[in-house]
Amino acid sequence: MLDVRNLQKTYTGRHRNVEALRSLSFHIGAGELVCLVGPSGCGKTTLLKCMAGLLAPTGGEVRLDGHPVTGPPPGMAVVFQEYGRSLFAWMNVRDNVTLPLRRKKLGKARERELVDHALEVVGLADAHQAYPWQLSGGMQQRVAIARAVAFEPKVLLMDEPFAAVDAQTRADLEDLIRRLWHELGVTVLFVTHDIDEAVYLGQRTIILSKSPTVVQEDLTIDLPDERDQLHTRSSTRFAELRAHVYEQIQRAKHHSGATSPALPAQDRGPALQKSES
Amino acid sequence: MTVLTVTRRILLVLGLPAVLFTIWWVATADSTDFYVPPLRTILTAFGDTWTGDRLASDVLPSLLRLTAGYLLAVVIGVGLGLLVGMSRVVRDVLEPVLELFRAIPPPVLVPVIMLFAGIGDTMKVIVIVSGCVWPILLNTVEGVRAVDEVLDDTCRSYGITGSSRLWHLVLRSASPQIVTGMRQALSIGIILMVISEMFAADNGLGFTIVQFQRSFAIPEMWSGVLLLGLLGFVLSLLFRFAENRVLAWYHGLRRAQRNP
Repeated sequence: MLDVRNLQKTYTGRHRNVEALRSLSFHIGAGELVCLVGPSGCGKTTLLKCMAGLLAPTGGEVRLDGHPVTGPPPGMAVVFQEYGRSLFAWMNVRDNVTLPLRRKKLGKARERELVDHALEVVGLADAHQAYPWQLSGGMQQRVAIARAVAFEPKVLLMDEPFAAVDAQTRADLEDLIRRLWHELGVTVLFVTHDIDEAVYLGQRTIILSKSPTVVQEDLTIDLPDERDQLHTRSSTRFAELRAHVYEQIQRAKHHSGATSPALPAQDRGPALQKSES
Repeated sequence: MTVLTVTRRILLVLGLPAVLFTIWWVATADSTDFYVPPLRTILTAFGDTWTGDRLASDVLPSLLRLTAGYLLAVVIGVGLGLLVGMSRVVRDVLEPVLELFRAIPPPVLVPVIMLFAGIGDTMKVIVIVSGCVWPILLNTVEGVRAVDEVLDDTCRSYGITGSSRLWHLVLRSASPQIVTGMRQALSIGIILMVISEMFAADNGLGFTIVQFQRSFAIPEMWSGVLLLGLLGFVLSLLFRFAENRVLAWYHGLRRAQRNP
């Protein structure tokens, strides 16, 4: 589905070059929900922008369904962290969700159906006429999610979408993402710096090193598919996985593509799988 | 809004003009100075001078020229502003030239423009455009350059490009700055409307006021100045009304940001 191969990105400045991504390779299968976590400033956003076709990589490539990504691919939607800056302040909620659909020329009826449904599933059925700035942060991010849902993407990329909302809203939104993923069968890549979130949400968690970035570990989250905030988070397995990811992030702060070319394989608990992709 | 707050607002808005008019009235009540007639005389002259015929023969042509010049300036200013704002190359090439032209006071251009555009309506419209276009152009450039990066990325990832991007993203997002430029241009436009008519014309507000002054019809001259003031006031009210409709989202956003 989504293949990242030897992806490199170096920002060329006037006085110095900054190597953000050293060499990243991983694969996301169709219908998977994968979290991407790493220490602050490890180039998560750079990676996501390269994958979304918004930024040209310096080396390597991203492939979607076997086709190299050179610009924003049609079957992909991105939800950004800064909800306040990713919605059109001059359009009401409904128009915000509708605008990307116009280009698809689906017909008025289908368009209306998609928008109604999308706003319904994110719990904004009664906010069609509101302007984004009249809504709370969590609700604004729901609008951005509804816009992505209505777009019917094959792949949904999310760049720390809940970093700026309060803890309770965040838990609701996390469950919303799990639910949408189940219902829509969409492939989701969820970038976060929150360790709990990275463990709770996904089927896999890809842990990145600090910049220049390499994949430090590709971890399978073997929690049951039915998850809820209360039981999942209090389970022993969740605590183990959380501790493991935490340790890896701590190590990642000192480890980068520059310190060692490959991470020595280590066993950390019997059930943890590791894969070099 | 209650009746009380509305009354309060009206009092606040009309209070100072009322005080100033009273002072004017009292200070000139028994003035014998030929050049400073009593306000009462001026107001009487106002009623006598600005009759339906005069409005049609002098005020209307002025307003038509102002409208034509202003709208033309908006089209040119916004169009060119989009071009300059969106292209780094165009900006680098044009910016020094634009700065130079902007620094020339438009009234100075009146005799020059008369040389090739004659003394008809074309000349007056060109004079108005030449002054109005700058604030609109420069504000549009600023507005276009300030388009939010995240919103731009959002548009790109959803395939909102070309004319759709221009209309829904660039123009709308720059509209607060464009409107600011248009507001500045409006007052410049009124000034240039009058000035262009003072140089060479056979009708118009500016022309009439100069005629009165030259024939020593001082109260009539003052009444013309008063009319100009009223005209400017009404135009700015209309502008504010239109602005509140077009930029309702912007004012709402600003209020929301101030009290989160």
